[in-house]
Amino acid sequence: MSNLLSIADLSRKEIERFLDRAESFAEVSGREIKKVPTLRGRRVLNLFYEASTRTRSSFELAAKTLSAEVINFAASGSSVEKGESLKDTVQTMSAYDPAAIVIRHPHAGAAALVAGWTSAAVINAGDGKREHPTQALLDVYTLRRRLGALDGAKIWIVGDVMHSRVARSNIIAFQAMGAEVTVCGPPTLIPRGVEALGCSVAYSLDGVSDADVIYSLRMQNERMTESYIPSLREYARCFQIDGRRLTPRQILMHPGPVNRGVELSAEVIDSPQAVITEQVKAGVVVRMAVLYELLAGSGPSAITPDPSQPSVASERQPA
Amino acid sequence: MSRLVWRQGPQPDVLVRAAHLLDPRRGLDAKLDLLIREGEIAAMGESGTLEAPHGAEVIDGDGRHLFPAFFDPHVHLRTPGFEHKEDLQTGTRSAAAGGFAAIVAMPNTQPTVDSAPILRSLRDDARATASVPVGFLAAISRNLKGQELTEMAELRDEGALGFTDDGMPVADAGLLRRAFQYQRMCGGVLALHEEDLALSAGGSMNEGEVSTRLGLGGIPSIAESTFIERDASIARYEGGRMHVQHVTCAEAVEAVATAKSRGTQITAEASPHHLLLNEDAIASSLDTRLKMNPPLRTEADRLAVVEALRTGVLDCIGTDHAPHSREEKEVPFEEAMMGTTGLETAFAAVYTDLVIPGSLELDLLIERLTAGASVFDLPISKIAQGERANLCLIDLGARWTVGEAGYESRSDNCCFAGRTLNGKVLLTIADGSIAYRERSLALSAA
Repeated sequence: MSNLLSIADLSRKEIERFLDRAESFAEVSGREIKKVPTLRGRRVLNLFYEASTRTRSSFELAAKTLSAEVINFAASGSSVEKGESLKDTVQTMSAYDPAAIVIRHPHAGAAALVAGWTSAAVINAGDGKREHPTQALLDVYTLRRRLGALDGAKIWIVGDVMHSRVARSNIIAFQAMGAEVTVCGPPTLIPRGVEALGCSVAYSLDGVSDADVIYSLRMQNERMTESYIPSLREYARCFQIDGRRLTPRQILMHPGPVNRGVELSAEVIDSPQAVITEQVKAGVVVRMAVLYELLAGSGPSAITPDPSQPSVASERQPA
Repeated sequence: MSRLVWRQGPQPDVLVRAAHLLDPRRGLDAKLDLLIREGEIAAMGESGTLEAPHGAEVIDGDGRHLFPAFFDPHVHLRTPGFEHKEDLQTGTRSAAAGGFAAIVAMPNTQPTVDSAPILRSLRDDARATASVPVGFLAAISRNLKGQELTEMAELRDEGALGFTDDGMPVADAGLLRRAFQYQRMCGGVLALHEEDLALSAGGSMNEGEVSTRLGLGGIPSIAESTFIERDASIARYEGGRMHVQHVTCAEAVEAVATAKSRGTQITAEASPHHLLLNEDAIASSLDTRLKMNPPLRTEADRLAVVEALRTGVLDCIGTDHAPHSREEKEVPFEEAMMGTTGLETAFAAVYTDLVIPGSLELDLLIERLTAGASVFDLPISKIAQGERANLCLIDLGARWTVGEAGYESRSDNCCFAGRTLNGKVLLTIADGSIAYRERSLALSAA
């Protein structure tokens, strides 16, 4: 594997390889000196065309923990504002010879396009409303730590499924790991034909008590002005996860940032069932694992060493 | 006044020997010699019987088919304003290379073709540079804004073939009604791009399973069909005449069929890409060459469009040839311009994917590729003695790979790029002049 563009490209085995690698990095994160020399001398380019807090910072932390040099590129304040095309920006930045390009872009398929224009490993950090594969990996990682395995787990994804790349990647990833997925939200925010992805659809939270895991999605204010929903107040009444709806045996997840009082009530955010900060922590080790597997990983799916680069094998370090 | 203009070349005497002549409307289906003199079909006879006059070009038609030349009711020549995509010269050469001996150009240029002086200068340009006859549609509304009618009567006097806001729907039903009323006075069919923008907003492909998987905004089929139903009702009420551009889905086919059954003066076209491709192709590649408006639909929709073309609910094929430059397509799918080129591949693509597998008869394909002329009250090209020579010679057995030898069009955004197709246009004769000759076509002088 030379790129990570979509969760749909990964088999269960491949997902598990990332998770196992992340487990081994969890120990590093617990050390006082959080650094290993694995990617010393290699460059990781963060190419962000959209605002991002946790994805960008966790990729940066992951790369730095592996001793890579990190270049952060944000579209605002850059040549993009002068009208440079994505292709030209990628080719320009590729001239700095990064080992990996981490890309976040407002449009679907951008990461795959970038992969065609560079020899660096490309990691999709969110392409439009399509996919967010590292989010799915860290969510599966977090759940596996809690549950041991996802097989047979009933997972409800609640909220604005239509506009959510997290929902798309997680529907695929959770099912690949053996879970049963139900998406739930108002019909205006459930995309047409979503059943084709293999999940069930519910338009109310009536059956949510059966769920082992509730994965709540961010509800954005603009959905109201676009009249997908009549009001946030009514939305909260129908779809908010609160102390009444969340049972003690359930796990509550959210990709952040949370709209307190909209999709989640304050009491559940701070409840023991919520694993939201564990998800954030997992973000670093899972992204370390992704960088490691793409840049230094071994086995048949490792990248072919570029003859112009020093051998990958000689830099490989025990994790 | 001729509403078609071009730079007509010389009209040499041409003898095509032993070609398979096929003109389904006339029941002509035979291997014959055909002689063109002074731009007319002067004689047809048993192969080997016609004498070439002195100085005539002699073309070996053996093993090849001679068809009435095609007519394209829907082409974007991009001039004025977007000459980096196409101009009258490259666009009409592209048409000739596809076997088309006449085309209709859309007015969504910059400036828009919405006043007599702009139309006049375009027609003058075509007289100087066009390789095939071109008819120009003028805009229905000024600057395609959908607010004020263009000076339709003056535009007709200047040579407008008809009217369209193509690329945009006429959203205001009141304005469309006025246009139909004005049509009674000045004539000129209204060609309509049917799309309810309130339903299609934010979409970049067909709404459904594939758009859901890709996280792309969807354009539902009802955005198209509800507007056809609305506009057909208005046309019927006003006794107006309308042509529905690029029909793509089962609901739209049904709307056209219903309007026809009620006696509405309505015609409709299908594009080769909607006849041959479906949205599944986008899922694997997000190839921006597959992004068009209206979008590629589901397989069931595609089959409905093919069936409607067979039965005549859809009257003709229109390519919606929509050239775009590379930088406008080498971007993420949602940012890419909509449209595919289509003139050079129309016949071969439909022949390869529908005729060879038996989904459409060759006769029907020829009828549908020529019928667009009657939408605009122009004569349909015929193979008959005494008729003006509008013909194309095609080698049905020749296989070629789209794009391999480049394109006559200035743009290369063809949705069939890389496909190997059967059927190569060797010669196009428009009104007795040779508009296109394939490089390898051997000829000899008599």
